[in-house]
Amino acid sequence: MRPEPPVDRFKLRRRPPSERWIDSGFRSLTILLASTVAIVLVGIFLVVFQGAQDAIKAFGLTFLTTSSWNPVTGEYGAFTAIYGTLVSSLLALLIAVPLGVGTAIFITENLIPTRWRDIIGVMVELLAAIPSVVLGLWAIFVMEPILRPFLNFLHASLGWFPLFSTTPKGPGMAPAILILVVMILPIITAISRDALNQVPTALRQGAYGVGSTRWIAIFNVILPAAISAIIGGVMLALGRAMGETMAVTMIIGNSTNFSWSLLAPGNTISAMLANQFGESSGIQVSALLYAALILMLLTFTVNILAQWIVKKLSLRY
Amino acid sequence: MTMTMPRKTPAITNQSCLSLEKVTISYGSFEAVRDVYLEIPRGKVTAFIGPSGCGKSTVLRGLNRMNDLIEGCTLKGRVIFDGQDIYAPEVDPVEVRRRIGMVFQQPNPFPKSIYENIAFGARINGFTGDMDELVESSLRKAFIWDETKDKLKESGNSLSGGQQQRLCIARAIAIEPEVILMDEPCSALDPISTLKIEELMHELKKTFSIVIVTHNMQQAVRVSDQTAFFNAEAVEGGTGKVGYLVEFDETERIFNSPLQQATQDYVTGRFG
Amino acid sequence: MTTLTPAIKHSSLCLNPSLRRNRLDRLFTTIAGGFSLIAVLPLFLVLIYVILQGGRLISINLFTQLPPAPGLDGGGIGNALIGTFVVTLVASLIAIPVGVGGGIFLAEYSKSGPFAQFIRLGNDILAGVPSIICGVFVYGAIVATRVFFGQSYTAAAGGMALAILMLPTVIKTTDEGLRLVPKALSMGAIGVGASKFVTITRITLPSAFTPIATGVVLGIARAAGETAPLIFTALFSPFWPEGVFNPIATMSVLIYNFAIMPFDAQNELAWAASFVLVVLILGANLLARWLRRFASM
Repeated sequence: MRPEPPVDRFKLRRRPPSERWIDSGFRSLTILLASTVAIVLVGIFLVVFQGAQDAIKAFGLTFLTTSSWNPVTGEYGAFTAIYGTLVSSLLALLIAVPLGVGTAIFITENLIPTRWRDIIGVMVELLAAIPSVVLGLWAIFVMEPILRPFLNFLHASLGWFPLFSTTPKGPGMAPAILILVVMILPIITAISRDALNQVPTALRQGAYGVGSTRWIAIFNVILPAAISAIIGGVMLALGRAMGETMAVTMIIGNSTNFSWSLLAPGNTISAMLANQFGESSGIQVSALLYAALILMLLTFTVNILAQWIVKKLSLRY
Repeated sequence: MTMTMPRKTPAITNQSCLSLEKVTISYGSFEAVRDVYLEIPRGKVTAFIGPSGCGKSTVLRGLNRMNDLIEGCTLKGRVIFDGQDIYAPEVDPVEVRRRIGMVFQQPNPFPKSIYENIAFGARINGFTGDMDELVESSLRKAFIWDETKDKLKESGNSLSGGQQQRLCIARAIAIEPEVILMDEPCSALDPISTLKIEELMHELKKTFSIVIVTHNMQQAVRVSDQTAFFNAEAVEGGTGKVGYLVEFDETERIFNSPLQQATQDYVTGRFG
Repeated sequence: MTTLTPAIKHSSLCLNPSLRRNRLDRLFTTIAGGFSLIAVLPLFLVLIYVILQGGRLISINLFTQLPPAPGLDGGGIGNALIGTFVVTLVASLIAIPVGVGGGIFLAEYSKSGPFAQFIRLGNDILAGVPSIICGVFVYGAIVATRVFFGQSYTAAAGGMALAILMLPTVIKTTDEGLRLVPKALSMGAIGVGASKFVTITRITLPSAFTPIATGVVLGIARAAGETAPLIFTALFSPFWPEGVFNPIATMSVLIYNFAIMPFDAQNELAWAASFVLVVLILGANLLARWLRRFASM
């Protein structure tokens, strides 16, 4: 039989109420803090939606298709900015995807010694850390002057084509697209690298085991296995490109006049917000918030799509 | 084989320390173990044996409400400890665990020093005495003082697997619980460490009531006074097997003259 | 004389570089290598120019003087340097407690409940909200309503905008970091009668310190370089900081403002500020990298 201990030396064997209050209080606190996310998200939507009301009433859906932006007459249409947002981000994607996926393959598929792979990986990650505004500064003073002769050449030889129909005069859509490439390249590379690293070794060995050359294995077995995660990453990068503000604002030229040409100054929704929001009033603020609402819906859709694609992948492995 | 109600256990005359009344534990809608009646005696070692998936570990974790941490796990019935149903709504599960300690299958020392591993539990239980003395006596009781006395400041993770498990036992006995639950404490250990822990259990039962889940029948014979045999069987309309208590008696009788055929088959290795 | 001739004529096992498949292999490898080169080229070009253009301007005056009036020479970025620290500090003071708390809820209290799933989704959406929209939100909610003592543009508002930007990173790294802690560890604490609060604060959270710290440092580094949320919340100021309830200069906004000015002195200060900012941010990134390495040992 167990002898009862004469005195219990553990005075908290019975929990005092204070300890219980701390326990349940802490739980409630974390719930409250987690809810902040939802509150902020709803708050962002409400502030933007509320502010956009006047413009929505005044311009309706024609706001999306007209390109006049005239504070004097009070007429606003966001077509130039919407076109600029979509074209700049999609063209940037077109350039960045092959570069990013190619780099990811180069640093995951045992083509070069591990040391070099790590170094390239680290450098691409550090590129992602460079602030947008510094890239903008660099674009203005370094990239654009270097690029100018090349753009002039494009205009001279392909000027009949609408996309190259204007004379390059400094800031414009083309340099903005290139700086966007620099900004989304690290995202695409990083996500593709993770996706390729997650491809099971057994699958790789299987491909090499039946006598595939390296690139036959990459194209036929490894890339298909990683493709949904890579597409998810590309969608995230697209969302990033559409919302990117500073570097684009500094180099795109911020023109409210519509032009098909990539060599002409253009505009994006975020650039327009950065440029005008602080100094506007009345219906112009509302028109800007209407544009912001469109930008939010665009990035929201793209991001949800990206989540959905990535989730599909996690079910497969 | 039929689902018979386990017989009452008149052989047990000792005062019981934990009693289970019609306990059914489910994960979501899946019943893991059904209608268990059990009287766990005080001051003895009680072993739970049975094939995999029979719910013996689930029942063990139900004894100090560790199942609360598993999402969707619910218990019906009553578990009486110290005259109180520990599943009553007003009961604080944390207090239950301060009186019913637990040792887990995998050694899980905290990433702290050996000293702090022992002192942590004592401190949160409001220990009022001399901490150095408590640490030493707990480590001594767990037969690990000699190996650790010169490196109390070192991390608990620096010990071998068997030593870590004895440290975890020392951690459990430091808070002087009334019952210690052991969930296959030797399954991750080598034979020599296993032997040490079995010796340790013989010492510990002088002070504590012990309930141990084991896969190893020889171990049950060596260490326990009472043995409960659980089995699982498919039920109509169910998705998986449901565990139930077949027989509970003195260890010696379970292994030599069990009343149920299923027990006989299991302990003689003719099971399956 | 009998020679054993194999039934099928096998080619030699030596590598034949002129085979079509081997030529294609080399071609693709070269292309991928070329792409990698292009991918790392911008980092070099940016760093070289930032070092050449900005590094040469580093002097004591740069850190101790105010920016010059337009058209004048000299001056420094002292106020912007302090401002960046102030605004980032405000952001961290908000985002770290809120984010770590929210992450604890997700990882420890409700792993798969509907509310937690909703918060996780919301967090992913918030992470995708363009930073300029964060600025617009804080402008609408705080600057335009003048909630801070009737002040419109304030350092506090800028800090809050950056905090919204940091929050998703902190929540995600806390959530993931805590879930990496072995369940057995918290079981051990609960088994000796520790309450949930004690288990989390004394066992689980310290075990997850390194991944959380890494994520937080990266989040801070990103916030310190952000401009878009600040241009109409913290605004800018040509003067020394006057507390958190006044407009404040930051290095990122200074770079933006001064880059598009037609004055050499301002352009130079933009380069100098870029140099300082890049050094700070890359330093923080290397710190995070070191933390991670330190943890894996």
